[in-house]
Amino acid sequence: MEKVMSSERTQKMHPHKFTLWIAIGSITMMFAGFTSAYIVKSNQAGWEAVQVPKIFYLSTALIVASSISIFLAQKAMASREMARYRLLISVTAVLGLAFVATQFIGFSELWASKITFKDSVAGSFFYIITGVHALHVVGGIIALVVLFLRAYNTKTKFYSTAPVETAGLYWHFVDLLWIYLFAFFLLVS
Amino acid sequence: MSNETSHVHTSVVSVPHETHDEVHHGHHHETFLTKYVFSQDHKTIAKQFLITGMFWALLGGLFSVIFRLQLGYPDAKFPWMETLLGEWAKGGQLQAEAYYALVTMHGTVLVFFVLTAGLSGTFSNFLIPLQVGARDMASPFLNMLSYWFFFTASIIMLSSLFVQTGPFSGGWTAYPPLSALGEASPGSKVGMDLWLVSMALFVVSSLLGGLNYIATVLNMRTKGMSMTRLPLTIWAFFFTAVLGVLSFPVLFSGFILLIFDRHFGTSFYLSDIYINGQALPNEGGSAILYQHLFWFLGHPEVYIILLPAMGMASEILSVNSRKPIFGYMAMIGSLFAITILAFLVWAHHMFVTGLNPFLGAFFVLLTLLIAVPSAIKVFNWLTTIWRGNIRFTPAMLFALGFVSLFISGGLTGIFLGNSALDIHLHDTYFVIAHFHIVMGVASMFGMFAGIYHWYPKMYGRYLNNTLGYIHFWVTMIGAYLIFWPMHYQGLAGVPRRYYKFDIWESFKHYDGLNKFISIVAIIVFLVQILFIFNFFYSIWKGRKVTTQNPWGANTLEWTTPINPGHGNWAGEIPEVHRWAYDYGKDGKDFIPQTTPVSADESKH
Repeated sequence: MEKVMSSERTQKMHPHKFTLWIAIGSITMMFAGFTSAYIVKSNQAGWEAVQVPKIFYLSTALIVASSISIFLAQKAMASREMARYRLLISVTAVLGLAFVATQFIGFSELWASKITFKDSVAGSFFYIITGVHALHVVGGIIALVVLFLRAYNTKTKFYSTAPVETAGLYWHFVDLLWIYLFAFFLLVS
Repeated sequence: MSNETSHVHTSVVSVPHETHDEVHHGHHHETFLTKYVFSQDHKTIAKQFLITGMFWALLGGLFSVIFRLQLGYPDAKFPWMETLLGEWAKGGQLQAEAYYALVTMHGTVLVFFVLTAGLSGTFSNFLIPLQVGARDMASPFLNMLSYWFFFTASIIMLSSLFVQTGPFSGGWTAYPPLSALGEASPGSKVGMDLWLVSMALFVVSSLLGGLNYIATVLNMRTKGMSMTRLPLTIWAFFFTAVLGVLSFPVLFSGFILLIFDRHFGTSFYLSDIYINGQALPNEGGSAILYQHLFWFLGHPEVYIILLPAMGMASEILSVNSRKPIFGYMAMIGSLFAITILAFLVWAHHMFVTGLNPFLGAFFVLLTLLIAVPSAIKVFNWLTTIWRGNIRFTPAMLFALGFVSLFISGGLTGIFLGNSALDIHLHDTYFVIAHFHIVMGVASMFGMFAGIYHWYPKMYGRYLNNTLGYIHFWVTMIGAYLIFWPMHYQGLAGVPRRYYKFDIWESFKHYDGLNKFISIVAIIVFLVQILFIFNFFYSIWKGRKVTTQNPWGANTLEWTTPINPGHGNWAGEIPEVHRWAYDYGKDGKDFIPQTTPVSADESKH
């Protein structure tokens, strides 16, 4: 078995990271489907756009900050500054959770102002699109929590930068996706 | 894109993939469960996809036999049918709701579970690592998940057949309002929910598979295997995966909106609906929006089904003609052109939805443009076999059958691609005949060709040739006898999806033809059972493969042991020195890709 799995060559990029790049293309298409449907519907009679809750500006700031912190975490990992890495990964996870919390507050505000699934087509689009994005963020937070636990694991030392690079790539993607969605809702509104 | 130079990760502590694999597999003790059930070996996963796909093909085929009996003998009573289907066939006669449910299930499972998962899932999984020179997929774990998502989707779809209100019956396209309103029909209740959950899992399975296929082709090729040395099978699987990865998520978004319409009171697809004179509260929705989202996948889906068959036919035609493929780069270019155009033509399914005529003309133009790369492919296949030393193996016959069906089905596509003609032919049997020939049966032929050709690599034994010939000729003649007459019915305006036609004076004179089609369909179905017998019998009792490369092929899979283990090659992965189609060159019958190019060799 050892011989079977011997190394013939190394790849240009870790396969998981490469696969993630392709997955990013795929997820982008899903949001392209959602937002193009939104555009089609927004041109029909009786459409009333949703005013984006103010707290979503804070959401944007939080997710951008988390993107910066995971970038710094990657650098810390690369230079083996493990204490700094642990701190930055923890900060990223907290910022991610804060993002989801602010999203929830925003949804609640909208719901309280009678923008419900039944009463507003624009509102239901808004909930679904931002909700599906939030689900992707939750997926990223789970990855961050795993990294966090591995970083504090005293029994096994993990020094490969591939997991944090892959998680970082995903996190930057959900950050950019949010910025796109936020700008989209502001512009179309 | 070349892999000839090794590359070090940008990270401080680099973990090359093989080392990663070693960690992952090297100390991995294989039990029965990890070897045969939850296997991460791409070859085992391929077989799992194939056998699950065969189960669905048999069931989907059986559904068609039952509803063809209804169309051929609308007033006859078959007591055995009541025994088999119970309430669905009360008094031995298929009920209308059951007819629609069977038609829906037939379309759903044949398109998605057989010709997508069964075809691409089997051969992409089996051939990509073997033909690019990789130990396994980029992520064997995700690959395993891909199968189990498919399996779970299958179980859920199957279970929908047993719910009291029946499975979904609104057609495989699941257009609203039939799919969005539980009140629309019995099948629109739990059956539709199960359909949606099953399809959602199926989409996840397809995406996981597609991600792996693309990553493996681009990132895991062996030394010397440049992109322009890839076999055409791999190019076809690659473009298929690209199509799937970019179009399935759009369908997924459409499904999410549908789920919300069904259960959370939203109005994405519903508006101004009255049930029993009572207006529903939905406002501002449009079923056309669903159609856009559906056909953005739905049309690429045609090529998700066709491209793998094209790739395998190319390979098999070249091997069995003992000639190089004609116009290799043109073949890749036409696959690429088809992939791009496949995304740009979806609205030709919607010419009768009130589409702006200017937009319609645009989609007519793009649709007809697909004829160009398709014609290039047909020309190149014919020139590949032209004056070849042809070996008429069952695989070769099915590959030739594929080309024949692709031509005849493709030609009728030119009629339907024109909006002016499509308005007349829309929703008639002409459409049924067209897509069954070009997409359904042609791709099925590609799949059969692949099974006959790569069976020795899959199981280390041969399929029985005599049974293979019977299988081919009955299926080939039968396919034309079933679908050719349908063109005439369609031209005469016979509509699709109808439960019975004998109550209309204008369609009564097709009764005899409907009987004829139904009888041929039953014969063709029976011969598929013969194939399935051949398949399973040969796994244990078939003639053993004794040579490593029984077809005298050039590609890398034939350099592995007769029964390759997990990891494919016992030693180093072979290095590639040439393309895959050096047949009949410099007086040699074939030159494998692993043979170094000699100084005195002529250029291909």
